Amino acid sequence: MSPRVEMRGVSKSFGGVHAVERADFRIEEGEVVGLLGHNGAGKSTLMALLSGALTLDAGEILVDGQRVRIASPRDARDLGIEALYQDLALADNLPAAANLFLGRELRGRLGLLDEGRMERIAREVVRRVNPRFDDFRSPVKRLSGGQRQSIALGRAIHFDARVLVLDEPTAALGPEETRQVGEWVARLRDQGLGIVLVSHDLHDVFALSDRVVVMKGGCVIAERATAEVSRDDLLELIIAGAPDGS
Amino acid sequence: MNERLRAAELDPRLLGMTGALVAVWIGLDLASGGLFLAPRNLYNLAVQSSVVGVMASGMVLVITARHIDLSVGSLLGFTGMGIATLQAESGWSWPLASLAGLAVGAAAGAWQGWWVAHRGVPAFVVTLAGLLVFRGAAYLVADGKTVTPLAPGFGVLGGGIQGSIGAAASWALGAAAIAAIAAGIARGRRTRVRHGSPPRPAWADALRLGAAVAGIAGFVAVMNAHTQPRSDVARGIPVPVLLWIGSALAIALLFRATRFGRYVSALGGNPDAAVRAGIDVRRVTVGAFVAMGLLAALAAVITTARLGAGTNSMGTLAELSVIAAAVIGGTSLAGGRGSVGGAALGAVLMQSLENGMVLLGASSAIRQIAIGGLLLLAVWIDVAARRRSADA
Repeated sequence: MSPRVEMRGVSKSFGGVHAVERADFRIEEGEVVGLLGHNGAGKSTLMALLSGALTLDAGEILVDGQRVRIASPRDARDLGIEALYQDLALADNLPAAANLFLGRELRGRLGLLDEGRMERIAREVVRRVNPRFDDFRSPVKRLSGGQRQSIALGRAIHFDARVLVLDEPTAALGPEETRQVGEWVARLRDQGLGIVLVSHDLHDVFALSDRVVVMKGGCVIAERATAEVSRDDLLELIIAGAPDGS
Repeated sequence: MNERLRAAELDPRLLGMTGALVAVWIGLDLASGGLFLAPRNLYNLAVQSSVVGVMASGMVLVITARHIDLSVGSLLGFTGMGIATLQAESGWSWPLASLAGLAVGAAAGAWQGWWVAHRGVPAFVVTLAGLLVFRGAAYLVADGKTVTPLAPGFGVLGGGIQGSIGAAASWALGAAAIAAIAAGIARGRRTRVRHGSPPRPAWADALRLGAAVAGIAGFVAVMNAHTQPRSDVARGIPVPVLLWIGSALAIALLFRATRFGRYVSALGGNPDAAVRAGIDVRRVTVGAFVAMGLLAALAAVITTARLGAGTNSMGTLAELSVIAAAVIGGTSLAGGRGSVGGAALGAVLMQSLENGMVLLGASSAIRQIAIGGLLLLAVWIDVAARRRSADA
């Protein structure tokens, strides 16, 4: 069976700097992949290529074995690839439902926004992620970091996501909220989503992922099943960057 | 108190503005010995406000999207000269000339929006250039001459002698507006109950309805109290005010109930998030400037109809009143927050001061100083309010 998503030999450079160079990456159904590396290792760029925020210079992306073109965030979303960005990409001035449906608003008669239906669905979706969430009126800038993340996550999973990219999902959270993130990552994996956890912090990733991929200098330098590798080995890979097979 | 306001979902800022407006009106009326609140003056005030008011709704879109349009006064002058010349020199009928003016206004907006959205030139610069270009173009249309006479019937749009709809139609329209507001409030309650969210407290809805009835009935009564010269025939609501109300309702609907309006807000709130949500931000930006250009041309229609002529200085410095009206009305210059209704109130407030100062015999120099001061004050209040909400 083909991987849910596969990136083959993808490259991206910015004015002569190779941010990502001939990288291969794949995500299977029901799998959590940890994508590790220092800041500037190329992991965010690689995921930006997958989520349509950037376009490829070279290489190809396959979804369920079919070659696809991802030229915009919309293309990625249409393929079921959703990204949860570190900064959450919320419009701070808008309330929860408006953010959840941003770019995919439901419309009723005359093509006007169907606010009632959007709010009702938003209540269901966000409460599934965070049962204590109840402020659907305030602009999201008035909400806590965890509440804001609930909205961003609700947005990512509501629209039949099949692959979910989480960029530093616990960076801005306290210990309790971090634990919750761990819970829903496991739950979503059990529902069959492919999940990528992008992080520069090994500890975030180690406990949650089935497989880890390490990047350095724009290249994928190692790939291991989490069960078969120790934290120390991984740390050494990230820091020293010993390539696979050496 | 704040709790109650929140439960009633009344915008404290809008309430504050209404209070300020009432205070200004009473103050000016006392200072002018009762001239200010006389039906004749309020009728004129309504007509004068419609020019700034029409443009202020468009400015809400542009500013909410984190841009600015400094060219609207000049664009008013240019399109107005075009509308006048097509009638006076080319013999076009006024509806055709007006439509041509609106098309030119929309095209000018698209042109400026293109520079902002597709060429990345800051709107401040693009529209500052537009301010000069369109003012120059307004001069060139007729080599600086005043263009007259305009087509018969055109004056109706300006609110002059024939430019109002009479007593009966005004009452009918007012009653229809009240019925529509009542239906809207009732539907809002039903929708909320159906979707499982708590409805507003009944007293808050009653208050809304009461305010709407009082405001609309009062407005119609005052407009009807102003009579045609040397007769008892009531004038009723001026046509330009209807153009203003119609365009403001259309823009409010666009802003609050369509994807385009939602994207304007999102773009102003967080441009990166808008892009990553798959929104075509360029199209949205161009759209906001097109709406602004169209409304500047509509303001030009009203201005030329009111003057009965086209002059190349029409709309000079109007951009400042328009921006001030939008900002006073609660539209944040930082983007992401705007209110079409607030801008309408802002336009009335700006025009009340201008009108009141004329009644009190203030020179145009003094009026300019006052408007400049008011602009500064309005922006300062916006900045201070934003800083406070950032702290909170």
